[in-house]
Amino acid sequence: MLATRALSLIGKRAISTSVCVRGGHGVAKVEDYALPAYFDRRDSPLPDVSYVQNLSAEQKSLKEKEKGSWVALSNEEKIALYRISFKQSFAEMNQGSGEWKSVVGGVFFFIGFTGLVVLWQRKYVYGPVPHTFEGDYKEKELQRMLDMRMSPVQGFSAHWDYENKQWKK
Amino acid sequence: MSLPKPMMRGLLAKRLRFHLPIAFTLALTAAIAFKYTVTEPKKRAYADFYKQYDAVKEFNAMREAGIFESVQPTGK
Repeated sequence: MLATRALSLIGKRAISTSVCVRGGHGVAKVEDYALPAYFDRRDSPLPDVSYVQNLSAEQKSLKEKEKGSWVALSNEEKIALYRISFKQSFAEMNQGSGEWKSVVGGVFFFIGFTGLVVLWQRKYVYGPVPHTFEGDYKEKELQRMLDMRMSPVQGFSAHWDYENKQWKK
Repeated sequence: MSLPKPMMRGLLAKRLRFHLPIAFTLALTAAIAFKYTVTEPKKRAYADFYKQYDAVKEFNAMREAGIFESVQPTGK
């Protein structure tokens, strides 16, 4: 486990470039996005590569020390090894931000702007409403609804007093 | 650095032990509340309406109001 991790730092790039040899024309260059990438994700705790690919001399000697007994490592060295492999700890990557406030504010702003657009449309784009919306046409409509006893149990006509020809109190 | 070892197993089971009874209780409560605030009053309203319902009387009233096309009001 330790050996494979140490190897992966040095060996991976060499392996992937050597695979791309093309018929005598030399080694093809592999773009960065085609190589395994590092990512901080809660649901995938062990990324494909370590965070720090190019170790400094100090880090290299630390990696050599890691091959021995881990009891010999001090706490600072353990943390340094962790930081070589990982960018953010779980606590750091999981912390929330205040972004939601901006998002909610933006949402409200654009809903308000849409309201203005709709008002303008109502005034300058749409034609007049049909004649069926006029006052006495609507009165005749409602009278007809009561005459045919629409929703007489719990709905419209249930609220009309047919004896006294008025709405029930 | 001697932190206690964190919980490694049984995390889902622990969560379910806590949340499932609550979920079932809430669902049951919602169903019972809906039954007694909506469906029972509705059933009673319909039963009461039809207890005193005279279909012929209603038909004649509607006829006089002139909403039918197959029968005219008695005046004509």
